[in-house]
Amino acid sequence: MSKFTDNPKGSSAVEPVGTPLLSVQDLAVSFETDDGRLRAVDGVSFDVRHNEVLGLVGESGCGKSVTAMSLLRLIPSPPGRIETGRAIYDGNDLLTLPIATLRDIRGNAISMIFQEPMTALSPLHRVGHQLVETLRLHRDIDKKTAWQTSAEWLTKVGIPDAAERMFAYPFQLSGGMRQRVMIAMALMLEPELIIADEPTTALDVTIQAQILDLMSEMRRNESSLLLITHDMGVIWEMCDRVIVMYASRIVETGPVRAIFANPLHPYTEGLLKSIPVLSHDAGTKLEPIRGQVPSLLDLPPGCHFHDRCPYATDRCRSEPPPLRDMGDDRSAVCFLADGRVSPASASPPATVTELS
Amino acid sequence: MTDDDPTVPFIEIRNLKTYFPIQRGVFARTVGYVRAVDDVSFAISAGETVGLVGESGCGKTTLGRTLMGLEKATAGEVLLEGNDILGLPEREFRPLRGRLQMIFQDPYSSLNPRLTVREIVTEGIALHRQVETSRDKTAAELLLAVGMDDDSLHRYPHEFSGGQRQRISIARALSLRPDFIVCDEPVSALDVSVQAQVINLLIDLREQYDLSYLFISHDLSVVRLIADRVAVMYVGQIVEYGPAADVIGSPLHPYTQALISAVPVPGRTKPDRIVLQGDLPSPANPPPGCRFHPRCPRAMDICRSSKPAERTVDGRSVCCHLYGDGALDDRSPAESGR
Repeated sequence: MSKFTDNPKGSSAVEPVGTPLLSVQDLAVSFETDDGRLRAVDGVSFDVRHNEVLGLVGESGCGKSVTAMSLLRLIPSPPGRIETGRAIYDGNDLLTLPIATLRDIRGNAISMIFQEPMTALSPLHRVGHQLVETLRLHRDIDKKTAWQTSAEWLTKVGIPDAAERMFAYPFQLSGGMRQRVMIAMALMLEPELIIADEPTTALDVTIQAQILDLMSEMRRNESSLLLITHDMGVIWEMCDRVIVMYASRIVETGPVRAIFANPLHPYTEGLLKSIPVLSHDAGTKLEPIRGQVPSLLDLPPGCHFHDRCPYATDRCRSEPPPLRDMGDDRSAVCFLADGRVSPASASPPATVTELS
Repeated sequence: MTDDDPTVPFIEIRNLKTYFPIQRGVFARTVGYVRAVDDVSFAISAGETVGLVGESGCGKTTLGRTLMGLEKATAGEVLLEGNDILGLPEREFRPLRGRLQMIFQDPYSSLNPRLTVREIVTEGIALHRQVETSRDKTAAELLLAVGMDDDSLHRYPHEFSGGQRQRISIARALSLRPDFIVCDEPVSALDVSVQAQVINLLIDLREQYDLSYLFISHDLSVVRLIADRVAVMYVGQIVEYGPAADVIGSPLHPYTQALISAVPVPGRTKPDRIVLQGDLPSPANPPPGCRFHPRCPRAMDICRSSKPAERTVDGRSVCCHLYGDGALDDRSPAESGR
């Protein structure tokens, strides 16, 4: 009954050999604000591999969207500025490429799906027109063919009466339908990498299910997906690997199942324990992370998480931990990660209760 | 609903309807109605938490606001300990507002930016002519109850994060010692790590102050944690209502089943998701018969023409023809095994 294909995860069997599709190295992005310069992304490095779904998860303000936007240089500048870093795609650094060359990559090779399709689509033009425009910008085809191709794509993403809907303005479509138009627009040029920034956050759960379904189905044609979300459930169902971000830095990366089973960073652990799940019994007390997400203008020294961390030591308070390779395709940014890899520490919940 | 129950329920909602007129033209002619809440009945006992779940636009917020007298009901009754409160003139309704309070979704727009925290949490006390002298002390006590320091008293809302603002809203709601609080998506705007703190706080306060909640949320996992009973709403109507463990653990209505299966759950190995086709219908022009039939994977002919009556099945009420007379045999063993 369900079209949902359980296993994009099957593709995680692809060995991490060869060059990655996109390699991000030491990315730092800052914004000039009235209260001073804040660093929204601070030394972020990761690879997107061929044919994988990579999740980027974190709470609001952790820098996940800024990271994604920076890759295509969509950060408004000023006030934003990419301070350091490289994003190597196909031998070129996306962050320094001439803008004309980058335009060729946007849409064609790397495309993006935004959170709120109402603001991402132009309210003044019919969706058909917007699709045709996208297509003709990148492909040398006549209007009629472009119109036909666009209508076909709307059908592919599950929009009924696509030929008619081509004449609709975005406001005449529901949120789910608008997101389908966005997905059609992103997929039409058959990019190698799709960056989806909270594609289902603005949607209701039943509509979210439709869109997640569609995305995992659409992705099967040899492309990679970088999926940004705050929802651990979405990460679990969609992704092969995940990057967890906290207050502008990466705290942990690794295969989804391994991280959910045994998080190496205390923040990941706290996040997993503070999400309510349907199987909880009534009255089950969640174990929230104490305190709150720090302001990016006033970040604690050392590890950004230390003042909320139940395990913090003096070293965490003074020295930022480096990203360390923990084996099994995992890495963590925590001095204490070593002690957590062993099977003995596989049941961290008890420890947290003792310490907090 | 519980006619044989000897005690009068704390709050009883009977055939409540809240319609909004759709007006067109220069003379604002009424051309139709948005039936936000359309014939809803249920009861909440003292000390009980009822979760009200549904997707956006299903009418759950309007229902909450109607109970609070913030929207005018079109028809129906809301009985507070047996007395109808909907028809009361404002002068008589106002004293009741102290007993019925509300926490809103957006902690940024629901606090007056020009008032200090002290003024926000004690404004109600002042309005209800309770002693002025204890205002500072009361404010400090209320802040303590929601886990904040009294050095926040003279600060303004913009100095606080979303989670702290929601705590201030909760302190304000508690100030008049209510019996009943409508919590309208109180944690939806918060980040996960902070959301858990606020949920735990609401659970603690419920015990401490003997509160009943109507907990409105689109997030079933949150509702599962806090609610004793759950009402599932779809396009203005309640389709299933019963104990939370039953409704969420073994849903009967096809909409509830789809809603629950659509929630992405970490740890679930193979998502056996029921993906509904199509979008939510407009409450201005709901489908005839059962409002869910155009999206229902199990729709039958009767669903298209006749509105299903409320039936009691397995200790809960369900509005679905699948559970009609003679249809019981069609139920799968899992559903009838209870």
